[in-house]
Parts: sequence; C-alpha cells; structure tokens
Amino acid sequence: MSTTVLFDAPGPRGRVRNSALTVVSVIVVGAALYGVYLGFDAKDQFEGKIWQPFLMWETWDFYIIPGLIGTLQAAAVAAVLALAFGAIFGLARLSDHAWIRIPAGVVVEVFRAIPLLLLIFFIFYLAPAVLGGGDYAFMAVVVGLMLYNGSVLAEVVRAGVHAVPKGQSEAAYAVGMRKNQVMRLVLLPQAVTAMMPAIVSQLVVLLKDTALGYIIAYVDLLNTGFKILPARFFGSLIPAAIVIGIIYVALNMALSFLATWLERRSRRSRKTAAAPVVAPGSAEVGVAAGQGTEGGGVAPDRPVE
Amino acid sequence: MDELIKYAPDLGIGFLENVKLSLVAAVVSLILGTVLVAMRLSPTPVLRVAGTVYVNVVRNTPLTLVLAFSALGLSDQLGLVFSQTPLTNSFWVVAMGLSLYTAAFVCEALRAGVNTVPMGQAEAARAIGLTFMQSLRMIILPQAFRTVVAPLGSVMIAMIKNTTVATAGGFLADAAATMKEVFDTTGASIPIFLGIVLAFMALTMPVGFFTGWLSRRLAVVR
Repeated sequence: MSTTVLFDAPGPRGRVRNSALTVVSVIVVGAALYGVYLGFDAKDQFEGKIWQPFLMWETWDFYIIPGLIGTLQAAAVAAVLALAFGAIFGLARLSDHAWIRIPAGVVVEVFRAIPLLLLIFFIFYLAPAVLGGGDYAFMAVVVGLMLYNGSVLAEVVRAGVHAVPKGQSEAAYAVGMRKNQVMRLVLLPQAVTAMMPAIVSQLVVLLKDTALGYIIAYVDLLNTGFKILPARFFGSLIPAAIVIGIIYVALNMALSFLATWLERRSRRSRKTAAAPVVAPGSAEVGVAAGQGTEGGGVAPDRPVE
Repeated sequence: MDELIKYAPDLGIGFLENVKLSLVAAVVSLILGTVLVAMRLSPTPVLRVAGTVYVNVVRNTPLTLVLAFSALGLSDQLGLVFSQTPLTNSFWVVAMGLSLYTAAFVCEALRAGVNTVPMGQAEAARAIGLTFMQSLRMIILPQAFRTVVAPLGSVMIAMIKNTTVATAGGFLADAAATMKEVFDTTGASIPIFLGIVLAFMALTMPVGFFTGWLSRRLAVVR
C-alpha cells in the first residue's frame, strides 16, 4: 500500500488545509531547530575557534583517519570471521545428524541472546587470564562481534536454504546427487542470492557495533574522535560528535543502499527460486534490513517473511 | 560459584536498573515511534521529510555515540539536566538517549506493518469520509500494530539488551558496569557472567514468547 492512498487528492478546502498544516509544521520544525540553535549558541558552540580543528589536516591525520582505520579494521576482520562462523553453524544446524545439529543450535541461540557488550567485557577480562598479559581490546571487539553477528548470520543461512523451494532438492536427489552435492551445487547457490540483502544489512549492524569498542578503550573512530580529540582541542566536543556522526551515518547508509539495491536486483533476477530472507529478529516485515546493536534477540518464532 | 553468591546482591541491584531503564524506554519509544510513523505517512511534506531524516540519521548512528553524546554533549556541555543528583540525572539521560534511538526502530517496524494493510482498507476509510487522522487512528494503525507485534517484540528485546550500553552514557550503576567493576577485583568470572546472562534471558525470553503468542492471537485473517 502506497502512502498516498491514505488521503485523497485534495480538493480546494483540502489544499487550503494542507497548506495551513505545512505552514504550521514548518513553524514547529523550524522552532525546534531554532531552539537547538539558540541552545548551542548560548553555549558558544558556533564559535569558529572550536570548529577550527576540523579544517586542519593534522586533526584528520592524527585523530580521525587512524580512528576510522581502527573501526574499519575491526569491522572487516569481524565481518570475515562472522561470515565464516555463520556459514559453518548455519550449515551445521541443517545437518541430518542430531549430534551436530543440536550443539550448533544451542551455540547459535545462546550467543544471539547475550547482550553484546557483556560478551565483549567478558572476553576482554578472560583473555589476559588465559593468554597472558597484553592488549586484548581489538580481540575482544572482534571476537564478540564475530560470535554475536555470526550467530545471527547462521540463522540467515538456515532461512536462506529453507527458502529454496523443496522441488529443487527433490529434483537434485532424483538425478542421483549426494547430500553434499545437493547442498553445494543446488541449494547454496540459490540460497546465497536470497540471503544477500540480509547479510549486507547485518554487516551494517556489525559496523555500527564496532563503536562498542569505545567502552573498552579500543582505538576506533568514536574513541579518537570523541574522547582523544576533544581532550586535545578543548571545547570541540560537540563539533567532534557532529563530524564523526556524519562519518558513521554516511558509511552505514552507503552499506544500506547496497542492501536495498541487492534486494531489488534479486527480486528482479530469475536466477533463484527462493524469496529474499529477512534477518531473524529484524524489525522489518518483508523488507530485509538489520536493526542495530540490537540486530536480533530471542525470536520465539520464525521472523515474518 | 562463591564469587557469584558474594556479589549477587550488587549485581542484582545493577540488573534492577536495567529493568527500570527498559521499562521507561519501552513506554517512551513506543509513543515516540507512533508519532514518527504518523509524521512519515502524513499529507504534509515537511513532516514526512523531518520524520524520514530523523529515522535515517538515528538508525545509522551507533548507540554508543548517541548515549555518549547525550551525556557529554547534551547534559554536560549544553546543560540539559534532569536532576541535581548525578546518578539520577545520568539515568534519565541514558533513558532519553535509548528511547530516542529505539523510537527510530519502532517507527520502521510500524511502517512495515502499515505497508501490509491492504489498499482497500484505506480506500474504504476514505470512501466513508474519514479524515486522514481518523483513518490512521481507527483503520490503519490498529491493523498495522497487530501485524507487527512480533517484530516490535524483537525491537523491545534488542532494546533490553541495549540497556547494557548505559555505561557509555555515564550511567555506571547498571549490570554491565557492575560486572566490569567486579571483574576488576576478581578477574573474569564465568559464574558471574553466566548469572547475568541468565538474568537477561529471563527478561528477554518472556517478552519474545509473549509477543509471539500475542501476534498469533491478534493476527488479522486475510
């Protein structure tokens, strides 16, 4: 249902009313923005002095770019590991052998239910005890992200394979393929296409969650941009928040657009018989997109597909 | 095991703060999310744009940044103070940040629900002369809410798990911060970790089962 069905093409009175509403809402939104502006101005947040650092190359060179690299590094390593984890455990959950299927199911369900920050804290404190001294911030962030997002991806893989119509595997078995061949040659290639949007939106969640590293002092964008930089340039806290906020939003929106594009493409293409799957616990109905630190939860029944 | 028993009271108090945060954020974010979805569907372009911008910006910002900005920026720098007691103040700052963040996801879930309401429903509402607000209130949203009970449950579960990020907003009394403090003295303790995880599961699983049951009960037969 398109949103325009909610209201008629307005007649003369409707147009007057809509214009009046537009004026009122412009005033309300404008007043809210102006209020924020006044609040910022009263605290001298628009002084050139505190915005100055962001015009200097050193600020970017010393603080923002190294932080961004830290964020992207953690996200990239965690993404690769999470994809591997998701593939292995997703397929293990589809196994015909109960002794593989059940433990894999337990692992996936448990790691999906643990608040990610608690998991990161636990790894951060456990690692020195097991592996000896050192800085484990990177490892804690990466392993935490891998376990959590990997578990969500495992569910995506399972949903993707289930989304391939039954006739496909029946036909494959009928021509004499083995279990392994059916999975490898028939089910997975089609499932991957259906899973793509859900995987990409889960990667957005993963990228966003690297910011949790801030709390255990991992050197990421939030840390260099929001903790170290304002300490160096006194008073630049709010400009710093705005600048790194824009960077995060731009990165994530670029990935989200990729997900939307992939979804539209897979809906058009006829390479797969499977409908696109939705990340488990995602807030979306029918439209795949992850939702945040926060991607999943204990979804009691299968997500709406 | 001894460690868990020894620190259980402290951790329990911390966990209670997470429960309180969840309750506040659940109520505020559901209300705010409904307002946002009404804005995004409204005939007024300005409100539509404002709602869309808000949802897209907030949804793509890490919660850690939202909370850290609420505490250090809005509260410390710009003087947004809820209470003179620092701990109470930081509780409300975190509750505000978490609600503002979750509201964007509630809005997205509801909008997806609105999209499942058949076109004929809105057309019929218009045909019998209901205004935009009337058709939204009496026809569209009641059906939309019913279809998204389960996704809203997932949003709420995610929100409950997100209360642990309160540390980033300077609220150091919750379960995650307490656990960190205890780990500072005892080192990583598996019983303590499992204890807190089980407490969170005891909170999230009923929400999941309840919303799952509710969504089956309320499902609109089409």
